[in-house]
Amino acid sequence: MEGTLMSIKQWLEQNTYHHDDFWDLKKMIKEKEKKNLKVSLCIPTLNEEKTIGKEVVLFKSELMNRYPLLDEIAVIDSGSTDKTLEVAANFGADTYLSTEIIPRLGIKKGKGENLWKAIYQLEGDVIVYVDADIKNIHPRFVYGLVGPLIYRDEVQYVKAFYDRPLAVSENIRVSGGGRVTEILTRPIFSLFYPELTAIIQPLSGEYAVRREVLEQIPFPIGYGVETSHLIDVYNKYGLEAFAQTDLDKRVHRNQPTTSLGKMAFGILQTFLHRAEEHGKVKVLENMSTVLKQFQARAEKYEILENEIIEDERPPMITIPEYREKFNIDQ
Amino acid sequence: MTSKKNGAKRNSEFIGNKLPEILEVIKSSRETLLANLILLGEIPAETFHEERRNQALINRFSELGLLNTSIDEMHNGVGLLAGSEGHSNILIVAHSDTVFSETRDHALTISPDEVSGPGVADNSLGVATLATLPDILKKLNIHLKNNLILMGSSRSLGKGNIKGLKFFLDNNKLPIKAGLCVEGVELGRISHVSMGMLRGEIVCKIPAEKEWSGFGNESAIMTLNEMINKINEIPIPRKPRCSIILGRIEGGTDPNKKALKAKLGFEVRSESSEAVEEIGFLLEEAVAEIRSQTKDQITLEIFAKRSPGGIQFTHPLVRNARNILEHLDIVPRYNPSTSELGGLIDEGIPALTIGLTQSKLLELETEVIEIEPVYKGLAQLVALILMIDGGYADEH
Repeated sequence: MEGTLMSIKQWLEQNTYHHDDFWDLKKMIKEKEKKNLKVSLCIPTLNEEKTIGKEVVLFKSELMNRYPLLDEIAVIDSGSTDKTLEVAANFGADTYLSTEIIPRLGIKKGKGENLWKAIYQLEGDVIVYVDADIKNIHPRFVYGLVGPLIYRDEVQYVKAFYDRPLAVSENIRVSGGGRVTEILTRPIFSLFYPELTAIIQPLSGEYAVRREVLEQIPFPIGYGVETSHLIDVYNKYGLEAFAQTDLDKRVHRNQPTTSLGKMAFGILQTFLHRAEEHGKVKVLENMSTVLKQFQARAEKYEILENEIIEDERPPMITIPEYREKFNIDQ
Repeated sequence: MTSKKNGAKRNSEFIGNKLPEILEVIKSSRETLLANLILLGEIPAETFHEERRNQALINRFSELGLLNTSIDEMHNGVGLLAGSEGHSNILIVAHSDTVFSETRDHALTISPDEVSGPGVADNSLGVATLATLPDILKKLNIHLKNNLILMGSSRSLGKGNIKGLKFFLDNNKLPIKAGLCVEGVELGRISHVSMGMLRGEIVCKIPAEKEWSGFGNESAIMTLNEMINKINEIPIPRKPRCSIILGRIEGGTDPNKKALKAKLGFEVRSESSEAVEEIGFLLEEAVAEIRSQTKDQITLEIFAKRSPGGIQFTHPLVRNARNILEHLDIVPRYNPSTSELGGLIDEGIPALTIGLTQSKLLELETEVIEIEPVYKGLAQLVALILMIDGGYADEH
């Protein structure tokens, strides 16, 4: 236990950054060019017409035209019914419908599906994933995550964390994640994967990863994608493969508690499957995939049943179309 | 007379030939302008708190290779784009303060046609223009003879009383050939004269004990109401043109409590300084009269005062501005200004205020600007700079 604490402490000191550490974009681009790296940005979307324009225009102007850190900006959409794709294309993003990428494999509904298909569609050696609903978007959301991968070859996976001060006293600030992180993910990590508790916000939707890692890991297509990534990359490469960057404040839509319940249910499914695979827990029977929640109507309570199946895509490296596109030997 | 006519014709041809290329390059700079608008416009900059926004502006100037960039004691952000000769300077100024406090959500929303958010028109677009202008000039391969001073000025609005610009003009050692004040709206506006102006606040206070006693009229809001009625009785001459704008009112804390304090912000405007003085005197009289009737504490504070002035309609700078707008198929509108322009005029610097685009819902958090007209707004600015730099806007 003491050993874990030591390794977490050491890792925190060596692998935790602030986006200001990477302010010198000219230097970063020089290093990127020296290493001949290509960086792709993937923005997964579903009905994001209000915020997507701002994200695309900012990243294109600052990180493609002014400082050529990004080689492509792609929006991968789950079938928006608003003008998300039109707006994104207008400001210069490459736009794709998730259903049209490797159509032979059919459609699975969920954000993870877009992230997985991005590995096939995009060309970069590094892929940065940034959510589309960030109100205070800034170039730091990309360069802060890409920086550790460009400067340190041993780093494979960089996760974002944010400043969410609720109360500050005597210079001690609680650095935590959202509600699901604090009441679900952190307790289960503490129980079964204590080293992973070093990741301050394990569920943050912004991360940058090397292609050779992404293509090797399976992708839950729903809520469990971030949790499974952390467990799978940790199992394969250890804690040293991770880094995390403080991106300061992130302003986004707040989710109602019922949505958080669904998220927690999906994460728990993913976690239990992984833990069972790794021999950490023994799940004795088939788990239910129905989440039961309640709502009050007049004087009666009604049960709401949501079926949440954490379906998974296999590692991209196993898909023939991918192997062909990237010339991977059979 | 003939030479003036010929000169005007030559200028018109020059502008006509150059504008299509300018417009083309500006359209290709859309992302740069919008990115600057986001990066600068989302930094809160309420009057007297502009430092962070102006710091970001001069950081951008440095990134663009401007050598002389600085923040002065008033927190003006200034950058100098050196000219090939550099004997004189053209000042482009955009006030960087807004009426929105730091606690407001400053996030902007962008669609292909519009940008919305607090202060986007007044005057984040002006500030973003300063940050984008060096890029546009570079793309157009324009090398000016004169230095271009780009300035995000602080303390412009309300009690700020253009203190930022005044400080710069008082302490700057560089000779300024002409000035252009850049405002987000409205495209087509040419302000070449500054109105005489008196800006201030009337504060009514009632003693605390009146808050709970009696059922009468005791309330600062009622007193302020009397005050407003009295102001309405002030005779406003038609000539010279005058107006009293009652622009802001505040008072009380709760619907069920008598207001102990109420405030009225006003601005007197006139083409004549005598008329401004006269109305100012009548306001003082009105305050004294209501004070004597109510026995309440009523104060009048004047925090900004400017004399009318400007350049003639026939000045080459105005003529060129008109000509440029006509080439862009925009009908010029001549509105007097009460802002930065007055500071430049006071120093004898030929100057204009121009607008960049069209807007909706000004001064609300949902303030909206249209993107498409900005191309013409910026083309107008670049063409005017070329005219000034080439000496076409000099008065002989």
